[in-house]
Parts: sequence; C-alpha cells; structure tokens
Amino acid sequence: MTIDLILFLILALISVAAALGMLLSRNTVYSALFLVLNFVTVAVFYLLLGAPFIAMAQITVYAGAIMVLFLFVIMLLGTEVLPPGKALPWQKPVAGVLAAVLAIESIYLLLVRARSVAEVTTPDAAINSMDSLREMGMMLFNRYLLPFEVTSILLLVAMVGAIVLTKKEKGAQK
Amino acid sequence: MVPVNYYIVLSAILFTIGAMGVLVRRNPLVIFMSVELMLNAANLAIVAFSSVYKSFSGQIFVFFVIAVAAAEVAVGLALIVEIFRTKHSINVDEMNSLKG
Repeated sequence: MTIDLILFLILALISVAAALGMLLSRNTVYSALFLVLNFVTVAVFYLLLGAPFIAMAQITVYAGAIMVLFLFVIMLLGTEVLPPGKALPWQKPVAGVLAAVLAIESIYLLLVRARSVAEVTTPDAAINSMDSLREMGMMLFNRYLLPFEVTSILLLVAMVGAIVLTKKEKGAQK
Repeated sequence: MVPVNYYIVLSAILFTIGAMGVLVRRNPLVIFMSVELMLNAANLAIVAFSSVYKSFSGQIFVFFVIAVAAAEVAVGLALIVEIFRTKHSINVDEMNSLKG
C-alpha cells in the first residue's frame, strides 16, 4: 500500500458517497453541495493523475461557476423540496436494474480497453512541471486552434440564448 | 502508483450513479446535476487514459468538455426558469404539454 493508493481509496470513498448523497437527499440545496464535494474530490484525482491545469479548471468552472449558478436558480425558484407527487410504482426497480446493467457493461468494456493498455499511471517529473503547462498551451493554440475558436462561439451562443430565454417580451401581458 | 483500472472502475460507478439520478429523480435541477456528474465521470476516464499514454490531447478534450458543460448549464437553467414562470412548478411529471 503506497501513499498514493491510500489517498486514492479514501478519495474514491468520499467521491462515491458524495454522489450517492446527491442522488438521495430530498433537499436540492443539499444535492448541490454534495455535488460540489464530489467535484472537489475529482479535482484531486486530476492532480494525482498529473493534470494540474484541468484540476484548477475543474475547481473554478465546475465547483465555482456552474454550482453557484445552480444554487442561484434553486434559491430563485424556491423549490428546495418538491411536494410529493404520485410516483410510478415500477420506476425505481426498473431504474435499479437498468443502472446495474449499465455499470456491469461499462466496467467490463472499459477494463477490456484498459487491459490492452496494461500500464500503470506514473506521472513522471516532466508531466508535473511547468513544462507540461507550456506544452499544453502550445498544443491548444496550434493543433487545436479551430476547436478552441468554435468553443468561444459556442459560449457566445449560450450567453445570447440564456438572455433571450429569460428576458421578458416588450409589452407582454403577464 | 495507482493502476489505471481503479480510476476506470470509479469513473464507471460515478457514471452509473448519474444515470440512476436521471432515471429516478423528478426534480429537473437534480436531473441536471446528474448529467453534470456523468460528464465528470467521463472526464475522469479521459484524463486517466491520457496520463497512461502521456499525451496532452486527452486533457485538452476535457477542457473542451468543461466549456461545453458550462454552456449547457447556462441554457438549461434558463429553460427551467422559463418553465417555472409559465407553469409555476418544475416537476418533470407535469411537463406534458407542448404549448405552455
């Protein structure tokens, strides 16, 4: 048991527990906060895997911007707890069976893929240093320049779309 | 060092929990959060494989996935706010008419 493995196991436990807490808690605000915890643990996994830039992007974009937006909308609508409706009686068992099938299938397929790799993750010194960040920036702005520009257009479209959807029509009867 | 298989299994478990959330919950906000969880699980698998192959392409794709997720959340939450304005409820069981 190396220190990495112990760290991984503890974080994996926290991560799965936070995801289950998100799934099971009745109050939407608790769900959002559990999801923030899950995002932070995944960011630490990125650090363990030697991807510091992605870890920081995860914290700022996911745990920062996206979850603040979620909490803002939850509190704006005031729908922390939905009134109990009539649930379909077969919904939960069927969902459980389907989720189990999905889990077994995805673990099997991904492990078949991973076996062909047959390597362990050893982020060496080069991948952890500032060189990796420079390397990544060079790649992003040379080889992946077109996707980068398309992403900026996508974010602009999303911004305009969100404004158009939520703005009140001029002279609309409300 | 941690074998990559562990990360893959964890990613599959997180993805399954997200899919389960989409299937059983009736609050669209929680469904959205479950979709984010699934995207996150896929990102974890991509970064794990990327660190095995010692290639940065995977990390760059994860960066793009994060940007697309941010755009998706902005538009989706705007839609939810608009639905709440017209129907005064966000229970997905009550979203059964095309014309509000």
